[in-house]
Amino acid sequence: MKPTDEQFRALFEPQGVIVAGASSHPGKFGFAALHNVLAAGYKGRVFALNRDGEEILGLEAATEVSELPDGAADLVVVCTPAAANPDLLRACAAKGVRAAFVASAGYREAGDEGARAEAELAALADELGILLAGPNGQGLVSTPAELCAQIVAPYPPAGSISIASQSGNFVSSLMNYSVQTGVGVARAVSVGNGAALTVPDYVEWFGSDPATDVVIAYMESVSDGRSAYEQLRAVSERKPVVMVKGGVTAGGQRAASSHTGALATEDRVFDGMLRQAGVLRTGNIEDAFELAATFATQPLPKGPNTVVVTTVGGWGVVTADAIGASSLELMALPDDLRAAIDSRLPPRWSRNNPIDMAGGETRDTVPEVLELVARHPQVDAVLYLGLGIQSNTAKFLRQGPFFPDHGLDRIVSFHERQDRRFADTAAEISDATGKPVLTSTELAVADPDNPGPAQVRATGRLCYSAAHRAVGALDRMWRYSLWRRRRGLA
Amino acid sequence: MPTLSEAESKQKLAARGVPVPAEALVSTPEEAAAAAARLGFPVVAKLCGPTIAHKTERGLVRLGLTDEGAVEAAAADLLAAARPDDGEVGVLVGQMVRGGRELIAGMGRDPQFGPYVMLGLGGILAEAVAEVVFRLVPLARVDAEEMIEQLPAQRLLAAFRGEPEVDRSALADVLVALSDLAAAEPRLMSADLNPLIISDGRPVAVDALLEMA
Repeated sequence: MKPTDEQFRALFEPQGVIVAGASSHPGKFGFAALHNVLAAGYKGRVFALNRDGEEILGLEAATEVSELPDGAADLVVVCTPAAANPDLLRACAAKGVRAAFVASAGYREAGDEGARAEAELAALADELGILLAGPNGQGLVSTPAELCAQIVAPYPPAGSISIASQSGNFVSSLMNYSVQTGVGVARAVSVGNGAALTVPDYVEWFGSDPATDVVIAYMESVSDGRSAYEQLRAVSERKPVVMVKGGVTAGGQRAASSHTGALATEDRVFDGMLRQAGVLRTGNIEDAFELAATFATQPLPKGPNTVVVTTVGGWGVVTADAIGASSLELMALPDDLRAAIDSRLPPRWSRNNPIDMAGGETRDTVPEVLELVARHPQVDAVLYLGLGIQSNTAKFLRQGPFFPDHGLDRIVSFHERQDRRFADTAAEISDATGKPVLTSTELAVADPDNPGPAQVRATGRLCYSAAHRAVGALDRMWRYSLWRRRRGLA
Repeated sequence: MPTLSEAESKQKLAARGVPVPAEALVSTPEEAAAAAARLGFPVVAKLCGPTIAHKTERGLVRLGLTDEGAVEAAAADLLAAARPDDGEVGVLVGQMVRGGRELIAGMGRDPQFGPYVMLGLGGILAEAVAEVVFRLVPLARVDAEEMIEQLPAQRLLAAFRGEPEVDRSALADVLVALSDLAAAEPRLMSADLNPLIISDGRPVAVDALLEMA
């Protein structure tokens, strides 16, 4: 049966949660699941089920589902052995449970007998009207519900990225990037064996989920390629979907008598399907998060015209090269914009794009130039390079033996203030103009506490660790905009 | 899997608007010479039959025939080269299509994703070049345009060595025609348009092979 929105709500926005197989042993999954639900601040009722009825983490465990109040929980997180699960689901259904996340192993991954048990469990759940997630998955996270129903970490900051992954560990990896960058997550689910729900099924629901603005999916295999295509395309029409496909080399060439068939490797057809569906494929998890985080924190560019603003010549040159190799345009500076910048900088500035200020800037130049560029009607996107350099210099002054004398305290705090201000300006003019304004410096990873990148994070945006990464993300955004535009989507 | 002859394959494609060379299927060397005179020299002569799939490998293609005598001799050779298991054969005489750029287009059915359309660089070298792009049937026109855009070496599609820019719209027509054909004919398992020669900027399927279930 096709899963309903109500069932998905029970999974991601439950009124109450039962942790079945809760354990008092802190090394067990059944402990971690209960601990994580309680620790993340979930506001609904939480019930622990345990054969011995122990007290765990201050919660009196029930020994039977029948002891629990009717209708108090709509989600069960299952950490019991596979053999116990059919009876458990029946009892839970009788209490009003509408969704189950089954973390238990011993299913398809364990051989033919496990595969049979998995098929039976899926059929039973369907008959009971329970949405079955897993089995053999690591759990799920839903920040709007403050729900951390997983046996692993971390619990990410709240945000608008939603994740469905065929690999549980990649859910953790993506959420670790979320913790690192502060760009938050709405829903995240480890699909496990995907007995009833596969990655495209979750993605489809994320498409209609108001808490989700961007989707990240990790897939290794597809059980129904055609319907996956339809589901992914329908979501791409509403919001960006970023995908990593694992197992690219598997499958390889197929035996075929036609030239076309011989060339149609699984990966090539899959890749064509993703492009047609508007899905943005990345080669690895790190790029997937960065791209999704860009979509989550920057407006879509309305055109390809990109301007680079830099305080450092070499960076501008290399970034111009990266733009040249992308779908973006390194636009020639319009005369009126050049004239406006002329009035703010000494004549040695580059007078074209990239705008290299060549050290001619004074206190207000960077914010003023960023503002002029972003507000120009022909400009679609801005990249600002050079953030944090002043604070980096100041840091050495601060750490040296002469601080705070000789006027060092004044100059250090001036530089740090300036970098914070530049970061704020980038975010504010992006908000004001509805155009993407990206910042980039290796200090984002080399010294994340540098006031420049730190302040970018405080504005809720990403500070890219290299200019080519910012260009790469912006390029994919523009391609997605084009995909939409060509199909008559706003 | 049974294949259609080159002549039948091209008829099916031409009916969907795929450009193919002007051709005549004949059964004797004399008819071949007469057909060539009608079509205009130079011509190509190929042995044509429903089970003949790999003509080049068997030396069953004669290119650049410039007069009636050459056509007659080539046709006699080709008919003599037919094997009993080739079934009923004829000689396909067609206008020689000239063009410096060769593409491959095709259609197939994937066990997971169903029917798809392919476009690639290299024509008869396509499998070695392996620069191919795919989309699922049905193809919207925008999908066909994006396939063309996705090909590497876009400069190859611009004006090149005295030949005009590739007519992208005509190329997109070929891809959409393949998609339409796949949707209309569930028994069509695969199609190879190889090579698809760019002649005076426009694609022409100089060889085609359709495989039916």
